[in-house]
Amino acid sequence: MTKHMILIKNGFVYDPINKIDGEKMDIAIKEGKIVDPKKVKEKEAKVIDARGKVVMPGGVDIHSHVAGPKVNAGRLFRPEDGRRQVRPFGQGLRAETGFSVPNVFATGYRYAQLGYTTVMEAATPPLKTRHTHEEMSDTPILDQGAYLILDNNWVIMEYLKAGEYEKCAAFVAWMLRSMKCFGIKSVNPGGDENWGWGKNISSVRDRVIYFDISPAEIIQGLIRVNEMLGLPHSFHIHCNNLGLPGSYTTTLETFGLSDGMPISPKVGERSQNLHVAHIQFYSYGGEDWKTFESKGDEVAKYLNNHSNITVCLGQVTFDETTTMTADGPFEYLLQSINKLKWINRDVELETSSGIVPYIYRPRSLVNAVQWAAGLEVALLTKNPWQIMMSTDHPNAGPFTRYPRVVKWLVSKKAREETIAKCHETLPNRSSIASIDREYTLYEVAVVTRASAAEALGISGFKGHLGVGADADVAIYDFNPEKQDPSREPEALEKALSRALYTIKRGHIVVENGEVVGDAPKRVFWADICFDEELEKQVLDELHETFAKYYTVSMSNYPISEEYLVGSTPIKITSK
Amino acid sequence: MPERVVSDVVCPFCGCLCDDIEVVVRENRIVEVREACALGTAKFMSLSVGERITKPLLRVDGSVRQVSLEEALKEAAKMLADAERPLLYGWSSTECGAQAVGVALAEVLGGVLDNTSSVCHGPTVLATQDVGCPSCTLGQVKNRADLIIYWGCNPMQAHPRHMSRYTTFPRGFFRERGVKDKKIVVIDVRHTETARLADRFIQVELGKDYELLAAMRAALKEYEIPEKVAGVSRKDILEVVELMKNCQFGALFFGMGLTMSFGKHRNVDNAISLVKDLNAYTKFIIMPMRGHYNVAGANTVFTWETGFPYAVDFSRGYPRYNPGETAANDVLQNEECDAALIVASDPVSHFPAKAVKHLASIPVISIDFHHTPTTEISKVVIPAAVAGVEVEGTAYRMDTVPIRLKKVVEPPEGCLPDREILRMLLEKVCEIKGVETPVVKHA
Repeated sequence: MTKHMILIKNGFVYDPINKIDGEKMDIAIKEGKIVDPKKVKEKEAKVIDARGKVVMPGGVDIHSHVAGPKVNAGRLFRPEDGRRQVRPFGQGLRAETGFSVPNVFATGYRYAQLGYTTVMEAATPPLKTRHTHEEMSDTPILDQGAYLILDNNWVIMEYLKAGEYEKCAAFVAWMLRSMKCFGIKSVNPGGDENWGWGKNISSVRDRVIYFDISPAEIIQGLIRVNEMLGLPHSFHIHCNNLGLPGSYTTTLETFGLSDGMPISPKVGERSQNLHVAHIQFYSYGGEDWKTFESKGDEVAKYLNNHSNITVCLGQVTFDETTTMTADGPFEYLLQSINKLKWINRDVELETSSGIVPYIYRPRSLVNAVQWAAGLEVALLTKNPWQIMMSTDHPNAGPFTRYPRVVKWLVSKKAREETIAKCHETLPNRSSIASIDREYTLYEVAVVTRASAAEALGISGFKGHLGVGADADVAIYDFNPEKQDPSREPEALEKALSRALYTIKRGHIVVENGEVVGDAPKRVFWADICFDEELEKQVLDELHETFAKYYTVSMSNYPISEEYLVGSTPIKITSK
Repeated sequence: MPERVVSDVVCPFCGCLCDDIEVVVRENRIVEVREACALGTAKFMSLSVGERITKPLLRVDGSVRQVSLEEALKEAAKMLADAERPLLYGWSSTECGAQAVGVALAEVLGGVLDNTSSVCHGPTVLATQDVGCPSCTLGQVKNRADLIIYWGCNPMQAHPRHMSRYTTFPRGFFRERGVKDKKIVVIDVRHTETARLADRFIQVELGKDYELLAAMRAALKEYEIPEKVAGVSRKDILEVVELMKNCQFGALFFGMGLTMSFGKHRNVDNAISLVKDLNAYTKFIIMPMRGHYNVAGANTVFTWETGFPYAVDFSRGYPRYNPGETAANDVLQNEECDAALIVASDPVSHFPAKAVKHLASIPVISIDFHHTPTTEISKVVIPAAVAGVEVEGTAYRMDTVPIRLKKVVEPPEGCLPDREILRMLLEKVCEIKGVETPVVKHA
């Protein structure tokens, strides 16, 4: 499609980073960037008449499991899912398969159909990150990046235990550069190492077997390292005790660990030092499954008093889906409850992971409480910039359900309809029925693109429509002058499910809800210059670790840039 | 004569994918291979001294003549494009980039795409789809395991460095004394080379693995079991189960003794279930001993691109997976396929007679680097460079750790990487079919 100039005329523009709230205006695109509309002549441009339509920046997903070893193991062991949503090869597009674990082509196409253009892979184990890059490179349309799992890493635990933060930072800088990853990810800190012995961690003050360090020390150590390096994104965590009754206390304790810690990005403008992923999954009270209840309100209360924390939702969508996480011990627990098939994949010196299919049913009280907990956090947290849309795809549901989650956010009526289908005890276990707040379209634009772009430190060029930004634009067939999201949530869900247009870096990739083309891809990674002398010292020590304990040679461990389609290093000078 | 030593080379032979090989090169010839096992060494060395195909061949009316690459590709593209149900088979002994182009080609052709796992660990895939598979990387075993079980496999002959590099002999972080810190159990129908190194050998009756696994699961759950099961005494079974329950980290490796003997995927299903059960007592993992160096990669690439690991049928335009109907042997033995593209594989040597008979009756294109019985029945033979020796690329180890293959020497003139040959073939096929050539981004 035309690459050079596009003029989107008269749409209702929602661009929170530039504080534009439904204003009727033109958006102009030239050479992949947003430009001043005066600089584009109508005659020379493709003109899109957006009268009566919503115009937003391309969606930005901060947390989604879309590429890499566990996603693919999920596909491999669930052919029943692969058969659920197929589309044949043709019209220049590759064939699609899969509902909760779509193939790479379906992943790119379906995100684009939702108007999303940037999707961050939520977790990749270093030793298998080559695989993650191979899949990202094969995923059409989307700009991507991946978070590197570093918390249960032996080298890091040793440095943190010894209080060698400088060395730890030098090692992290080398790891992110070698693995071409965007940020630091933690998944059940300490618990995954213990899972190497079939055990877990039960609180942030527990000790890790042999390494004799606590999750709290790992978390604070890595926040510190993250800020020493000045990474664009903050430390990004999947907390301990995920999925368990009473887990909200662990969540609040984890929150507390970030208190008073610095916020010092060298790139971008984030205002958090801690991002807690899929908050829904540990916003629970109760002593056991029988007394299981939502504590989304307590979590929101904390967030309302602490602006240094952001969260994404991990909203339950009531689907048959595939759970997958580097939290190996959690998946073992899950399969012992639901008795479905179980994959486990521990990774030497680094992490673990597990995969189990799961069916969320509104009639199950536990599942209904989970659904309510996510929405409670979203609706009771006052500042939408602390909130980001996610279903922790595919853990709480596939990303293709985002429009349905929006429906619940914008309409009390839609929530009531769902509550009516839920277990009758739900109102005793959650405050969801009493919440009146309904998101505005502006707030929807915040939580689906702007807040994520800001939290990732990429809001200079992503998540907004100001001059100079990437020309990533979504146009939806919804008329805010005539339609009220609160009263017509289904109309909004439908509009968001199939963008009228999605434009990625100036290329029209979706038209009338159908994918019509590809666009140049980019993969972002942190290219940090920290302390060369110290890095040399760290690498010298590392040679022995590789020779003795890894099963690949150190020289074969780093990933060369040729694995990345559209490799985009974000240069950071930390010292 | 100046010599060049290339270190940390990845061995493109078996699923161990050892990456510590040193290759000595003189005048673009490999003259010495260090660290590798006999099998790996033989592969590296054979490329210099063995008989290579270096010119494209076309067989017309029983006689073979050398042709240009262009002519060979043109003929091959026509054969494939004309076919109603072409089979695209092999893929496990080449790098992932070639596999990715293969998927695109199968998609454009509406063909049947299958890799060699359908005749080795296909049943492992089926069992995994039934019950899952608790596993880990090999380093996890090296550093932690104190109990190693080899069941229906003989690594001393098939994966010669498996025991020395990953499981039995190396010192691990928590196993500082190496083999002294570990117990080795071998379960097999015969006393193999591997069994000789074991602390304990259990001889199971041929075709009775399922029964033995079932008895172990029963014993683990403290049910009473018969005096003798599958030729093994109750005492032996109970003792082995006790070993399993009481270890700190157990690892069960299995081979075609389970996947290809009576019971097939049911055996593997039961073995995986046993390991799942054991996790209620201790840490235990299970891992298939993958044969070809990149068969795990073939499963991996096929899966991320099509959703399915092997036996993928594109005849309806979308990928359809139904082993028993859509695997290579199914479409061959049912005489369904009417042309075949074979990449880096030799089905004529390994498939049942009925399948080979049909293969010999249809137009076959081979892409390979040496003569095999399959190239002998092929109408078109295109010479290839050897991935992992003459071509870079990615391969996935048996534990699905991806490793970058190295290029050690230049290929003979006229021998292109599989991936390049396939790209040209794809372009030609698309031209004939009148469809846009899909972009294969994969590195």
